[in-house]
Amino acid sequence: MILYIGRRLLAAAGVLLAIAAVTFTIFYVLPSDPAAAACGKSCSTERLEAIRAHMGLDRPLWQQFTDFVTGIFTGRTLGSGRYAVHCSFPCLGYSYENSEAVWDLLTDRMPVSASLALGAAALWLLLGLAAGVTAALRKDTLTDRALMVGAVAAASLPVYFTSMMLIHGVVRLTGLLPYPQYVPFGEDPAHWASNLLLPWTALALLYAAMYARQSRGSMIEAMAEPYVRTARAKGLPRRTVVVKHGLRTGMTPVLTLFGMDLGGLLAGAVITESLFGLPGVGRLFYGALTTGDQPVVLGVTLLSAAFIVVANLAVDLLYAVADPRVRY
Amino acid sequence: MTTTAPTPAAAAAPAAGPWRLARAELRRRASVKISLAVVVLFLLMAAAAPLLSALCGWSPEEFDKSAVDPYLGGQPVGPFGGISAEHWLGVEPVTGRDLFARLVHGARVSLLIALAATAIVVVAGTAAGIAAGYFGGRTDALLSRLMDLTMSFPSLIFMIAMMSVARDVNRILLMTAVIGLFGWPGVARVVRGQTLSLKHREYVDAARVGGSGPWRILTRAVLPGVAGPVIACTTLLVPGMIATEAALSYLGVGVRPPTPSWGQMIAESVAFYDTDPLYFAVPSTCLFLTVLAFTLLGDALRDVLDPRSGRA
Repeated sequence: MILYIGRRLLAAAGVLLAIAAVTFTIFYVLPSDPAAAACGKSCSTERLEAIRAHMGLDRPLWQQFTDFVTGIFTGRTLGSGRYAVHCSFPCLGYSYENSEAVWDLLTDRMPVSASLALGAAALWLLLGLAAGVTAALRKDTLTDRALMVGAVAAASLPVYFTSMMLIHGVVRLTGLLPYPQYVPFGEDPAHWASNLLLPWTALALLYAAMYARQSRGSMIEAMAEPYVRTARAKGLPRRTVVVKHGLRTGMTPVLTLFGMDLGGLLAGAVITESLFGLPGVGRLFYGALTTGDQPVVLGVTLLSAAFIVVANLAVDLLYAVADPRVRY
Repeated sequence: MTTTAPTPAAAAAPAAGPWRLARAELRRRASVKISLAVVVLFLLMAAAAPLLSALCGWSPEEFDKSAVDPYLGGQPVGPFGGISAEHWLGVEPVTGRDLFARLVHGARVSLLIALAATAIVVVAGTAAGIAAGYFGGRTDALLSRLMDLTMSFPSLIFMIAMMSVARDVNRILLMTAVIGLFGWPGVARVVRGQTLSLKHREYVDAARVGGSGPWRILTRAVLPGVAGPVIACTTLLVPGMIATEAALSYLGVGVRPPTPSWGQMIAESVAFYDTDPLYFAVPSTCLFLTVLAFTLLGDALRDVLDPRSGRA
């Protein structure tokens, strides 16, 4: 087991390094003029000069890359003399539009994105698993059909559409909920939740539909396993059979999906955040796209990649707990 | 990947038995008929876009100032977003461009990118999957690591980053390539698994003993065996591709205006949601219907062609 964890950690580090290399390529190698690409749409000559000094483009590529990678782990000073700017650990770049290190911008926005992602995840797990398991246990009945048709339809709805419908229907027509405005959890948990309820619903609907489809399939498979038949034959109550024998193994594929989705959402709810005007990482990313603030785009890319890798690692380790058949 | 690409369609010819059974099973389902009709309708619409816009008399990039009211902030003249005999689905606010013309040309761009990206994914994924499964050993180890690596990338975010760095290139080509780049491991995994199970079937062994070379075995014996799951998987890939194209264009890193695509039309219409809801509803509905139809079709194909996976 310890060996396995070590191997997985090593693999995760390798993936992160590869991701850093790809990000570096996108940033430093692909554009014909990397400094101009980082400078954004409203670029002044002075800013361009500073960026040229910071990026060290006159040096060999491998040296630029090692600087880039060591910067992530130890922080680095960009440029020298008049242009020097210190970018402390973990240095994901420096936003020239905002004159601020990308990491600081990200940590400011992170609570919003985390609130959105975690709340939505709780909601979609609840909805998706409930629908999927119900459908699986009533396979081929009307309930099953109705739930699955609903799930296909919900999964096909574009998130723009659900978001606008929710804003229009719930906020404008009924006035039941406020137009989403982020309130920190620590300040007022009730307002935090009521403000986030709509974005949660918009995101959760999409994912819940996918989870319902997935969990129905794997639950049906799990319930057909011989050990489930044995459990039933022993005369265990249906609830125990479903929860202890069916769900536990039936949920492993769902767990994999969940790790990736949650990891991706922490920095990737770009469209939802921008539609609801929530000041999260996604919104920062969208703003950076429109102003051409490349360092922020790349910083978010690296961060979200890191989230996914960590989430996958966590899921793999959780496997052993969730599915007793998994051996290392 | 320099050799000729194996296509799943080529496998359909020889063995009529299972394929005929599959067709009969598909024909029984009402959902297949309806979704197939929707898919064909949109494909025809995309293919005939120049013809259709000529028929309605407007090109997608042509301004019509007489259809919008300059004193009302460029709102379309007339009810329901300016629907009239002149403009069948109304006009865009401010510019007065014809929505029907933009919709059909947008369908062309959106579907072209989605289908081309799917083609890349399927060809690359099938080739990689078959190679990994059949040759095993180092080839398998290398390709499998590459699949794991590609899958652990946050694809949408990386696509956005790549698209936003590239400035002066053909957006449609680049977008197809970038979407394709991150999609192939899904197909490759399915094909690899299937190939592994086929590799030592009697008929494949017979072909090997009979002196067939690896190329002949792969194309004649293994490829037909993996065709079913690949077709089902392909159909289920398309909706994701359409949604991805829409997301990229929505975020402004995909197709650039004035070229229309559905995602880009939705992005522009969000600002007018209150005053001209129909402008928002038209491309959203098309996106919804296409994605839904491809999903239903893919589900049915998977049930019939690949009964072991997914929904038991």
